[in-house]
Amino acid sequence: MLDSATEILRIQASGEASAVEITQLALERIRASQAGINAFTHINEEGAIRAAEAVDLKRRTGQPLGRLAGIPIAVKDILCTTDMPTTCSSKMLENFVAPYDATVISKLREEDAILVGKTNMDEFAMGGSTETSFFGVTRNPWNQAVTPGGSSGGAAACVAAGTVPMSLGSDTGGSIRQPAAFCGVTGLKPTYGRVSRYGLVAFASSLDQVGPLAWSVEDVALLSEVICGFEPRDSTSLDQPVPNLVSAIQSADLRGIKIGILEDALARDGLDQSIHRAVMEAAEVFKQAGAEIIEIQLPHSEHYVPAYYVIAPSEASSNLSRYDGAHYGHRAVDLASEKVSQNGPLAATYCQSRAEGFGTEVKRRIMIGTYALSEGYSDQYYNQALKVRRLIKGDYDAAFNQVDLLLGPTTPTTAFPLGEHSDDPLQMYLVDLFTVGANLAGIPAMSLPAGLSESGLPIGIQLQAPALQESQLIFAGAAYQAATQYHHLRPENFRF
Amino acid sequence: MTHSDGYTTETIIGLEVHVQLKTNTKLFCGCSTTFGAAPNTQVCPVCLGHPGALPVINEQALEVAIKAGLALNCHIPEMTKWDRKQYFYPDLPKGYQISQFDLPICAEGYLDIALEGKGDGDRRIRILRAHLEEDAGKSMHDESAGQFDTRIDLNRCGTPLLEIVSQPDLRSSQEAKAYLNELKLRMTHLGISDCEMQEGSLRVDANVNLHIHVDGKKIATPIVEIKNMNSFRAVERAIDHEIDRQYDAWEETGKTINDESKTTRGWDDQTGRTFLQREKEESADYRYFPDPDLLPVRISKERIEDIQNSIGEMPGEVRERFQTQYGIKAYDAEVIVNQGRDFIDLYEAAVAVCGDGKRASAWFQQDILRTINEQQIATADFPISGNALGILLLKITNGDLDNSRARDVFQHMLDHGDDVDASIDALGITAVDSSELEGLCRDLLSENPHVVEDYRNGKQQAIGSLIGQAKKRNPNANPKTVRELLLQIVETL
Repeated sequence: MLDSATEILRIQASGEASAVEITQLALERIRASQAGINAFTHINEEGAIRAAEAVDLKRRTGQPLGRLAGIPIAVKDILCTTDMPTTCSSKMLENFVAPYDATVISKLREEDAILVGKTNMDEFAMGGSTETSFFGVTRNPWNQAVTPGGSSGGAAACVAAGTVPMSLGSDTGGSIRQPAAFCGVTGLKPTYGRVSRYGLVAFASSLDQVGPLAWSVEDVALLSEVICGFEPRDSTSLDQPVPNLVSAIQSADLRGIKIGILEDALARDGLDQSIHRAVMEAAEVFKQAGAEIIEIQLPHSEHYVPAYYVIAPSEASSNLSRYDGAHYGHRAVDLASEKVSQNGPLAATYCQSRAEGFGTEVKRRIMIGTYALSEGYSDQYYNQALKVRRLIKGDYDAAFNQVDLLLGPTTPTTAFPLGEHSDDPLQMYLVDLFTVGANLAGIPAMSLPAGLSESGLPIGIQLQAPALQESQLIFAGAAYQAATQYHHLRPENFRF
Repeated sequence: MTHSDGYTTETIIGLEVHVQLKTNTKLFCGCSTTFGAAPNTQVCPVCLGHPGALPVINEQALEVAIKAGLALNCHIPEMTKWDRKQYFYPDLPKGYQISQFDLPICAEGYLDIALEGKGDGDRRIRILRAHLEEDAGKSMHDESAGQFDTRIDLNRCGTPLLEIVSQPDLRSSQEAKAYLNELKLRMTHLGISDCEMQEGSLRVDANVNLHIHVDGKKIATPIVEIKNMNSFRAVERAIDHEIDRQYDAWEETGKTINDESKTTRGWDDQTGRTFLQREKEESADYRYFPDPDLLPVRISKERIEDIQNSIGEMPGEVRERFQTQYGIKAYDAEVIVNQGRDFIDLYEAAVAVCGDGKRASAWFQQDILRTINEQQIATADFPISGNALGILLLKITNGDLDNSRARDVFQHMLDHGDDVDASIDALGITAVDSSELEGLCRDLLSENPHVVEDYRNGKQQAIGSLIGQAKKRNPNANPKTVRELLLQIVETL
């Protein structure tokens, strides 16, 4: 029951279960899953029940109900909420409660969604395994020895563990799609500017975007429709009408649609054979549904990750300057006296607060970004990366002149064992190989579950579309799920 | 300038002026910009730099900045963008200031300055650029309460500033002051800024060094940036002090611009000296990069034209017009125009009624300006309207009031808020009948035969003593009329 938002809406409408009952069940499962999976940084026990009671009251008294009425939803702990802490899974913001709700959070509340808690993530969204969280790793419901991916690892794992039907994550270089792939769920990164970033704690402002995770394309479409839309408080928000996504799921007929299969991605060294097969199989599914399959190259694809790992840390180094211990967040108390006498109390407070409040990966990226923006180096690094970014946009423009959608793998491998890349940041960064392109180009992309590997771990395939063409992704993704059963697979310990 | 030991020096000055723009709200959020509110009451997640909050450009600030640029003869480029200037300080809550690096909203311009009383356009000072940026908050260090006690007020955080950078074209402290006066006049004239140094709505940093000519060679002293000056007079004094200090330092150490990088010195108004603040300009790396939260701004030619058309007359043009239209002298026009837009408007409103620009000019420079200065009020708060002032002045022109009675009326209007006629009534001033005056004059002449005798002996000024007596007997007697009558009657005696 908790694996479909559409189903929850139906059974509430028919009176089979109340919002409170559904919420209680969700909270029960969250509590039960925490010890093993640890998908949540905060469980909104009382607030969720109160919200559910309000929905039930509305229903009893015949008041209009929102589109997400009574649906338990978990949100990544990077979205500001007034009634729960917003920690970004960092010691720096361990006790921080935002004075305002993120725009997407307000939208969920307006639609009567039940916010059941905040989900674990890599610290400040920096990582691909949720291992950099100050609140401990999140484990993959399919196999607790492997990672759920990241940075939205908690948001993907909580859906995969059957605790909630849908969640919100954020995606800067693949942080929705990669964990979706690793956890066997569907995840969408909308076009940059589609969803307001107001209240999304910034990692890399020109790349960050909020998006939904759920089992099915149908639920992803439902949640996307709610969160998309122009917002004057975000200058990078696109003044475009909200797309009709739910109604895009009309038929499974893909005739007239051209899908480009990413040749260079499939030829990459280190691409898991099972993932290669899944992509080829998906191409066949789309072909059967009437689509034309064309081979496509993205000529500069080998430069995507290097460009990303200059631009994202550069912006991050600036965005994270505000965490200095002066106004909110962690402040070092016992200052090392030799630092105070060396640099004065102010600099000592800054240094020690940041040294204590940030974890290793965050510090690494602040250092990389600071270096890349420094006088004398910015031309070689930051400005050079911006040039590459323009080439990347050119790659996609050229590709979308030939096709409507691009098909490829979401990740080079399935979920890796916890700790495997912990000592090797470069290996960890390569996990983003196929996902960063969409962020750098600002286009929408979606990961779809595409079966299991020999070792029983989920495989994700990725569809990418031109800017603002989310409806094409939903349309094709729904056709794929109509023809396959992969989104109905459930991890063994979480079949309810 | 020639120093005592015979070397000719040239002073090189460039000014960086921060002007706080008069907008209702801050540069990137909706918080009020009112000065003087209780600390940390005019703040929101955006200007507090809270996680997740995002800036949105204030269109009014763009408008005002463009207007300022046009008033400084700047080129307004088609595109401008926002950059982050990064440094850590407690009154800068984001850890960066949103500013403009390589594409400022105003590109090169100039200001023509006049040295006091010399008229317009003596020297052209080039302006390098003017860019928009957000202000930081205020740190108040309480040293008495222990070394860690610093209070931070973030009300000012995010207030729009325009930083106007001149080329090093100024050659003396007088020129620097004249530049600042002209700049302030233009900014206040157009309502762009209050330009109150005391309130911090205008701040000046001066870059100063000397070119010393020794045996046909030019030696440049190290550049010093002077900060902490809180009045135009202080700027003038600080530069003069710095000129002497640098010359002495050069004589003593022989250090030139090649031996020492730029230093920062603070101005101490009490001692009249500058003091070293930062030894070497720490090679501050602000790591500027384009702010990804804001889009570049395109400024259409039409928009610039619209703003240009809204500007109307600039102060220099008003001065010219006053000379031709009202027949007043260049000096008088300058005094009036330099008081700012409100004063100009008040003056013109009065002239429109009384029709006498010269008389109004005298009154405005004396009585009205004195009142404003004495009461320490803004012209906008002056209690008598331009129309009422015009009516008062017209009564002088028409002979209904003499200057001294008019001053009484003026004072009464100030004190009681009455209009002109009510004040005249209250003071018991009535028009004197000419037959009554004639009788008075005849009486005076017959009572003072020695005056008549003196007059007949060629001492015309003897009549003057009777005017004072007439005024004593009837305060409403118009001295001019009395004089004419006395002369008429004495001839017939």
